[in-house]
Amino acid sequence: MTALLEVREISKAFRGLKAVSNAGFEVPQGGLVALIGPNGAGKTTCFNMIAGVFKPDSGEILFQGNRIDGKRPDEICVAGIGRTFQIVKPFAGLSVLDNVIVGAFNRTKRLSDASKAASDILDKLGLGPKRDLPASSLTLPDRKRLEVARALATRPTLLLLDEVMAGLRPTECDQMVEVFRDLNAKDGLTILLIEHVMRAVMALAQHIVVLHHGEIIAQGTPQHVVRDPAVLECYLGEETEV
Amino acid sequence: MNQRARILLSILGIVLVLLPAFAGNYAISVATLILYFAFVGQAWNVMMGFAGQLSLGHSLYVGVGAYVAAAMFVNLGIAPWAGIWVAILVCMAMGAAIGFLAFRFGISGVYFALLTIAFAEFTRIGFDHLQWTGGSGGLFLKVAQREQMDLFNFRGPPAMYYYSILALTAGALALCSWLLKSRAGYYWQAIREDEEAAQALGINTFRYKMIAVLISSAMTAVSGVFFAFYYNNLFPEQIFHISRSIEIILGPIIGGIGTLFGPILGAFVLTMLADGITEVLAHFGVEVPGIKQVFYGVVLLVVVMFLPHGIWPTLAKKIGVAK
Repeated sequence: MTALLEVREISKAFRGLKAVSNAGFEVPQGGLVALIGPNGAGKTTCFNMIAGVFKPDSGEILFQGNRIDGKRPDEICVAGIGRTFQIVKPFAGLSVLDNVIVGAFNRTKRLSDASKAASDILDKLGLGPKRDLPASSLTLPDRKRLEVARALATRPTLLLLDEVMAGLRPTECDQMVEVFRDLNAKDGLTILLIEHVMRAVMALAQHIVVLHHGEIIAQGTPQHVVRDPAVLECYLGEETEV
Repeated sequence: MNQRARILLSILGIVLVLLPAFAGNYAISVATLILYFAFVGQAWNVMMGFAGQLSLGHSLYVGVGAYVAAAMFVNLGIAPWAGIWVAILVCMAMGAAIGFLAFRFGISGVYFALLTIAFAEFTRIGFDHLQWTGGSGGLFLKVAQREQMDLFNFRGPPAMYYYSILALTAGALALCSWLLKSRAGYYWQAIREDEEAAQALGINTFRYKMIAVLISSAMTAVSGVFFAFYYNNLFPEQIFHISRSIEIILGPIIGGIGTLFGPILGAFVLTMLADGITEVLAHFGVEVPGIKQVFYGVVLLVVVMFLPHGIWPTLAKKIGVAK
């Protein structure tokens, strides 16, 4: 499999605090990769560099073979990388449908096309009945779904998910897992997710990258990673018993 | 828009078109004022209501639009139909300069508002010293005979001005309703609600904020040209004054920011209120200086307290035209 996303030795410091140092990993075309690590490990910083919020201090990021590091977030979205935010950011004053239509306009200029695409995605994520409600009235799990729906509406090749399972009940979490597995298997969507909920990570990921203090301490298949002594020591030991 | 909304809008349109047939000159002048504020409020609403960029210096575009067209008319004898295009271009250039400075360097919110005030202020000072437009002494257009209609030079009876501003307001309503349903309209609202999320969805926020500023400044320039040829005299101290900018934004705020009909309703309510207060006070022989402003302020306070989203969203639900 060829790599859709190649992260080559990227580093980022905030006023002397090294958030990420020399992190490198690959996301293969059609893959489902999880980026895990304790709080403050640099996962979201990594994400933000891929999504164009921050420019890496050093290193390169390649998407479909082209350099994308340093590009603006909107350019990266147009290039085919969709993202969600850990702290959800719904357009509170707009309806659920309009929220998703904004995303769908990334691939069409016509309102009718955007509206149709948005409706389909809302149905897929179980938000169909709530399409006309203002986004501000949604509960947290629904806001998380809306976040995913909006990102999907931009029709990404690669979807970046930043802790979309956090705050969901186990059954809701399983539903989400099902949706992503479906998108990955049927639509061929490549997914890179940051996740704390190991239940979701173990169920979804084909490949896991573990960050700790801004450095990658292990990567490999889930079975390999959970047995890695360094990982167990820093992070996973008690979590795997859940 | 549902059927009831369509019917009500048609009735309103017919009443407004027929108004000069049964109303006197005073009523027409009040209606003209209402429509003027409705139009310029609509223009401001594109920037603030749609795209969330607060301008407190819209008097800049009114003033520059007015001065450009009037000075070309008075000094060079160029008819306003030609001057208006120059006015629009100059205002768009100024809007572009402000927008570029602000959006390129990440100035937003209240700081952006301050920047718009600053531009209006130093333009005012500039015009105070610009002798070509009469400096602080003002620029005056010859008041033509009111009975003769000279459409080419935009001089004529009150009804001519009334119909012009009516057409402009209707055009602005149509334009804004189309804009809101366009991709740009959706993108603006996304930027207004959360700029970071908007950018993550592939929106070039700089470009779309600039588009909003350009459209808004162009529309406001047109209102300035109308203002010049309707009132016939221009003073930098008045036209660029911040109170003028505030006057412009009160209509959409009271009517409902970001709504299509809010600026029109707000202009109606505020103008009728100001005139009504004057009438009532005169009727009771009250002549306390500043009392009109106090009443005006109290009403604004009440509306803002009880209808924080403006009158229109609530009214629209009551009369069954909300969606």
